[in-house]
Amino acid sequence: MENFTPVEALIGGALIGLGALILFVFYGRIAGISGIAGSALFSRDGRSWRLAFLAGIAAGPILVAAILTDFSYGTPQLSWQVIVAGLLVGIGTGWGSGCTSGHGICGISRLSPRSVTATVLFMLSGMLVATLLH
Amino acid sequence: MPVIIAFIAGLLMSAGIAYSQMIDPNKVLGFLTLNANWDPSLILVMAAALVVYSSGYWLFIRQGKPVFAESFNLPGKKALDKPLLIGALLFGAGWGLAGYCPGPALAAVSSGSHGTLAFIAAMVAGWFISRKLAI
Repeated sequence: MENFTPVEALIGGALIGLGALILFVFYGRIAGISGIAGSALFSRDGRSWRLAFLAGIAAGPILVAAILTDFSYGTPQLSWQVIVAGLLVGIGTGWGSGCTSGHGICGISRLSPRSVTATVLFMLSGMLVATLLH
Repeated sequence: MPVIIAFIAGLLMSAGIAYSQMIDPNKVLGFLTLNANWDPSLILVMAAALVVYSSGYWLFIRQGKPVFAESFNLPGKKALDKPLLIGALLFGAGWGLAGYCPGPALAAVSSGSHGTLAFIAAMVAGWFISRKLAI
């Protein structure tokens, strides 16, 4: 477990929870990133707050880099795998009504049986594919 | 509704994704790949997010309504239907293939990485397909 970073994980996780909680307290909305992005693209209702939320998502790493001078992160090479993966993630979160944030954090917190089921399934499926391929 | 609050909500979530390094697909694949170098960091990210969100959620829901809206707008569906189960399995497969889920991929858009941008474009195409092609 040489790559384990518990302190950064706990602080980062608390920030994720806090941001999601703000959306709930002020807007009464679930902070599901796939749902918000999909609706911002394909539906006119409530587009302004969704676009503002997405602008915040895009700005997060820029803020962290401004505070922590040694901050950097890796990105994937362009390959057929990332394109197939993007399609699967888009179709899967579209049909499944959510991703790691909406189901994994908000839904589990609300004790939603659909979200608990979805999270168990995408975790198991993700582990199976990653372990077989990497 | 003041959209600045929605911006701050997204900013905090994304700062958390970045600071915890969940923005890096290799970090996420370190969790999803079960081997001798297994990295449990993602469990602690989720645990901390769940503690903060669930305590705030259950305290605030008793207020009856959110600050800027007339009522809470929460999913009411209960059925464990086919789209949910198949969708979650497909999403997991894509997640395990590239190490990206929607939040980290969108957060990394300013990197300008061709791999990240291609993933986002394919994901948007996937959202479009999922809306046109019901199962």
